[in-house]
Amino acid sequence: MHGHGTYIPENKALAWFERRLPVLGLLKSSFVDYPTPRNLNYWWTFGGILTVVLMVQIVTGIVLVMHYTPTSADAFDSVEHIMRNVNYGWLLRYIHANGASMFFLAVYVHIFRGLYYGSYKEPREVLWILGVILFLLMMATAFMGYVLPWGQMSFWAATVITNLFSALPFVGEPIVTWLWGGYSVDEPTLKRFFSLHYLLPFVLFGVVLLHIWALHVVGQNNPAGIDVKSNKDTVAFTPYATIKDSFAMIVFFILFAWLVFYVPNYLGHSDNYIPANPLQTPPHIVPEWYFLPFYAILRAIPSKLGGVIAMFGSIVVLVFVPWLDTSKVRSARYRPLYKQFFWILLVVCIGLGYLGAKPAEGIYVIAARILTAYYFLHFLVILPLLGFIEKPKPLPSSIAESVLKGKESDPMPAKG
Amino acid sequence: MATTAGTTRRDFLYIATGAAGAVGVAAAIWPLIHQMNPDASVLALASTDVDLTPIAEGQIITVKWRGKPVFISHRSKKEIDEARAVPLNQLPDPQPDQARVKEGKDQWLVLVGVCTHLGCVPLGHQGDFDGWFCPCHGSHYDTSGRIRRGPAPLNLLVPPYEFVSDTSIRIG
Ligand code: HEM
Ligand code: FES
Repeated sequence: MHGHGTYIPENKALAWFERRLPVLGLLKSSFVDYPTPRNLNYWWTFGGILTVVLMVQIVTGIVLVMHYTPTSADAFDSVEHIMRNVNYGWLLRYIHANGASMFFLAVYVHIFRGLYYGSYKEPREVLWILGVILFLLMMATAFMGYVLPWGQMSFWAATVITNLFSALPFVGEPIVTWLWGGYSVDEPTLKRFFSLHYLLPFVLFGVVLLHIWALHVVGQNNPAGIDVKSNKDTVAFTPYATIKDSFAMIVFFILFAWLVFYVPNYLGHSDNYIPANPLQTPPHIVPEWYFLPFYAILRAIPSKLGGVIAMFGSIVVLVFVPWLDTSKVRSARYRPLYKQFFWILLVVCIGLGYLGAKPAEGIYVIAARILTAYYFLHFLVILPLLGFIEKPKPLPSSIAESVLKGKESDPMPAKG
Repeated sequence: MATTAGTTRRDFLYIATGAAGAVGVAAAIWPLIHQMNPDASVLALASTDVDLTPIAEGQIITVKWRGKPVFISHRSKKEIDEARAVPLNQLPDPQPDQARVKEGKDQWLVLVGVCTHLGCVPLGHQGDFDGWFCPCHGSHYDTSGRIRRGPAPLNLLVPPYEFVSDTSIRIG
């Protein structure tokens, strides 16, 4: 796997350089020769997609900063200035704003892929936990970015989310004042959010590198959930994974482009085109779609502190999934019961998202409570018990066998 | 030197060095943390004077104090009576109406207009108790600004204020 050190480029100058810093060998061993399981399906293309979307966000973000002003008096106008006056400003901003949505769409697919195929299980626990950290960093980044245009939704999202910390006993109020730099969300808050919104994507990038490093140490999981046993089970990253990833990326970017060019404000809220007004809350405040399930959990619990604990708990519980799942079998393909519970969980999460957008009253609150309870039940009770109750289907003896069964000859001879 | 087995002079030096280092790091981090607290100019934003004469009975106005909305409600007799008729044991955050206004100025209710749940600005003359209703997560406040139903744990705060004359107040 770690071929660097032995790779010698043919070009003399490169060979000279390689002996002093073997970076080409590292790239070659990681993205060219790297053996990938031959049975990977399209759900495995989302890691690459996420990396590219992160780069799109960084590039568009850096150029937006060239025109953006982080002051409470000018932030809103500077975003309008980007939209109306800056050359291609509308395009850059719409890419950045919709890029955040695409980022979350991809990460949700990526997370549920992991849950379905048991990618968090031994030996990928650290890889999985790094993923949960990436998810938290993404949420913090997107939240602070959403505050920057300083519209009504920006302002009130900032107010409600920072106020979550006021639920903590004793330290709550001082922490909130500290986060705000004042007695309400105001200019000091905007400026620190801007600073951190610029910083966090680079932290994210660093953790992505760790995530990929951990991946390359333990190897990729695959739809069969069994370990790679021989060369017959793998194909080289390039061209096989490179081409498949590229194709998926193009399809993904068609959807992205459709949002940007045809319905750029579809996922946003019109209230955010009203400048922030600290004296008036909009009648319906809702977070961006990607936070809705968590918002529903927050509101489902009839106590302030309880709601905050449940909301953070719903993410923290993911950290423990490698140990909560007691089954030795990774892939849901061979887990008839888990497979059903997986789909129920997915529906429950989508249901929570739907409820998060509804007013917190009557039947909606009751439904949100039931779904919240089920969400925790899934991770804390069902997952641990299934490992003991369920009788898994027989596993194929190798990845190659799982792909080739029923076929006479090997249509895709393993290379490398 | 009398050393007990296991602890030596060197152990002591390690621990002392480590402890001094930890104190040094903490001292260096503190300015980085404290710079985020409200600065001198924010703290200096002291008080706001409000003339009450233009506020008609039954009217609520909103003024800004320390960046936050403050409601000044000129309550009618009916609103005051409603607030005082409620038995305290029915309140999530029990407090008599008398404790929330200045003596002899029962008609004037001054409140920080920030929902004690997550900080939205409640809407006046709304909700099931004729006081305020917070649209964010559905908290109902009564005509004394006390929480009656919903996720908010506490009554709307009464800011520090005083009557500078019969018809004007200073908040802060
Ligand atoms: C993890 C990657 C990132 C995410 C998820 C993200 C997310 C967001 C979101 C949701 C907005 C609000 C868009 C709107 O409604 O107008 C925003 C705005 C902004 N972001 Fe980012 N961002 C990321 C990276 C960056 C980077 C790296 C920079 C700068 C170096 C940056 C600079 C800005 C600026 C200046 C704005 C305000 C202009 C605007 O509202 O369009 N962002 N970001
Ligand atoms: S902020 Fe008022 S009910 Fe939540």
